[in-house]
Amino acid sequence: MFRKRSYEQKFYDVAKSTFSALERNSLDVVVCVKHVPETAEAELKIDSSGKSIEKTGLVFDINEWDDYALEEAVRIKEKQGGTVTAITIGSQDSESTLRKCLARGADKAIRLTDPKFEGSDAYATAKILHSTIKTLHYDLILCGLQSGDDGNAAVGPILAELLGIPHATMVKKLELATGTAKVNRELEGGLEEQLEIRLPALLAVSTGINEPRYVSIMGIRKAMQKEITVKTLADTGLTENDVGTAGSWTTIDKLYVPPVEKQAEPIKGTPDEIATKITEIIKSRGLI
Amino acid sequence: MPKILVLAEHRQNQLRDITLEMLTKAREIAQKTNTGVTAIVLGNNVKEHAKALAEYAQAVITVEDPRLENFNSETYKTVLTKLIAEHKPTLIMIGHTSYGVELAPRLATALNTPLATDTIDLNYEANTLTVTRQMYGGKVNVKATLRKSETYMVTVRQATFTPQKPQPPTNGQIIATPSSLAEEPTAKRFLQYVLPPPGGVDITAAEKLVGIGRGIKDQANMPIIEELAKTLGAVLACSRPIVDKGWLPNDRQVGSSGKTVKPKLYLALGISGAFQHVLGMKSSDLIIAVNKDPKAPIFSFADYAVVEDLFKIVPSLKNKLNEAKTQKA
Repeated sequence: MFRKRSYEQKFYDVAKSTFSALERNSLDVVVCVKHVPETAEAELKIDSSGKSIEKTGLVFDINEWDDYALEEAVRIKEKQGGTVTAITIGSQDSESTLRKCLARGADKAIRLTDPKFEGSDAYATAKILHSTIKTLHYDLILCGLQSGDDGNAAVGPILAELLGIPHATMVKKLELATGTAKVNRELEGGLEEQLEIRLPALLAVSTGINEPRYVSIMGIRKAMQKEITVKTLADTGLTENDVGTAGSWTTIDKLYVPPVEKQAEPIKGTPDEIATKITEIIKSRGLI
Repeated sequence: MPKILVLAEHRQNQLRDITLEMLTKAREIAQKTNTGVTAIVLGNNVKEHAKALAEYAQAVITVEDPRLENFNSETYKTVLTKLIAEHKPTLIMIGHTSYGVELAPRLATALNTPLATDTIDLNYEANTLTVTRQMYGGKVNVKATLRKSETYMVTVRQATFTPQKPQPPTNGQIIATPSSLAEEPTAKRFLQYVLPPPGGVDITAAEKLVGIGRGIKDQANMPIIEELAKTLGAVLACSRPIVDKGWLPNDRQVGSSGKTVKPKLYLALGISGAFQHVLGMKSSDLIIAVNKDPKAPIFSFADYAVVEDLFKIVPSLKNKLNEAKTQKA
């Protein structure tokens, strides 16, 4: 039966749709980033402490996975408005990664730093991030699935649990709707699963979810004028026991170069000599 | 109740390999510490899985509920939190898989249980758990100790331990436990599986593969690699970064998130050998690797190692292969 809607009901409907439109248009995104050494093609040495690698000579940049998270955050802002806040834990050096975030389109940047943070594992790291993120307004938190150095793949889900919001990791595709998001998670062997997740949520993204853009010189110059908020342990409301090795689940005993499981036979010589030997090997196997 | 809990992983009615790998390692630790192994399997109809697990574990806890049919870290967390609180295990083992990565850190936080992820070895002695894991994409190993606790949690890397069925099989007790799920999860819902689009090239069927990685550096360098592959009569495959950059489609990707290949020849060019990639190609008959870094992990899996800039080798190799082909003709 058709029922005539009251004036109040119509008013309510209009207000509701306006509100949801506003909601849709103003997604505040926090993106967690880490400043890490690029090691994919570098030869690494263990330092004298035995608990870290020799960092001199290594080039530092934004963690590869976080680069994709940052790009995703900036794309959301460009598409539907809102803000992007980049947050990191690290020394003065890590400001270059925050500058990169600002140049790419982040509005605000926060650096959490304290000598007491040294030795923090994934758990302590998540607690430090939580102490600040809980004071911000956010609809979405994006981070990389893992870092190229520690490779724990744990900070995101721990942070989500501390914040009491849902999360998804290994996110390869993200579609936002009002109050929810549809995400594709990578499973093994190319298979994906699609989930619906309620916002606010934390998503830990995989590489390849987008194509991170290059930053123009102009963008970097402009970003130099933006301010980076710096906070220390005293500003976080945490104690010494919450952070660093004291606040961690795991502590590093020692680092070592993995033992060689199988000794490959070296092929040496000039490029021509090497090429000849490879050709002989392939030929001897009847493969050409 | 035996004190080592192993979370069984399954998808679309298939028990996943990581489960038996973990059960094998769990048994080794259990024997040393005079305890036993309990497998936990959550799902809708898991009786067959339970039977398989009972051959490896002293006890198998099953929780059946239609809402547990597909993995969801929300429902798993609810059910496991309760089970773990009841059973007070000393060690909980979960796969470092797409499921374990989603679940374990959150579950450990909720339980306030120390967690080490992506472990490749475990040692439990005098109530202390030490683990071996890797950093910097497998270039460095690390030994770490977990904070002293009644209960520890780890995620375990795939294909690290070789499954071995106990002889005779364990014939463990199967304990059906009622589901503790109160309501349908609303924060996160499983919708569907999405199959990868059928690819144009089946790299798993190729006899010879040229695998390329980050060392290719620039898309502009692709043609010289393609020429080499053509000369060799090989199909081009790659590690993940190449697909992420869009230089090759994802049906060319070798590794845990791509294909597992076993060609007669795998020529790895500029591939460092991150674990995820190696998992997909280590069973190749012949592996020849070219990489500038003498400590690249790929050399641990290769038959022949060329420590050199691949761009110096590729043009020469193309010529030599061409010469060899002409001689043959």
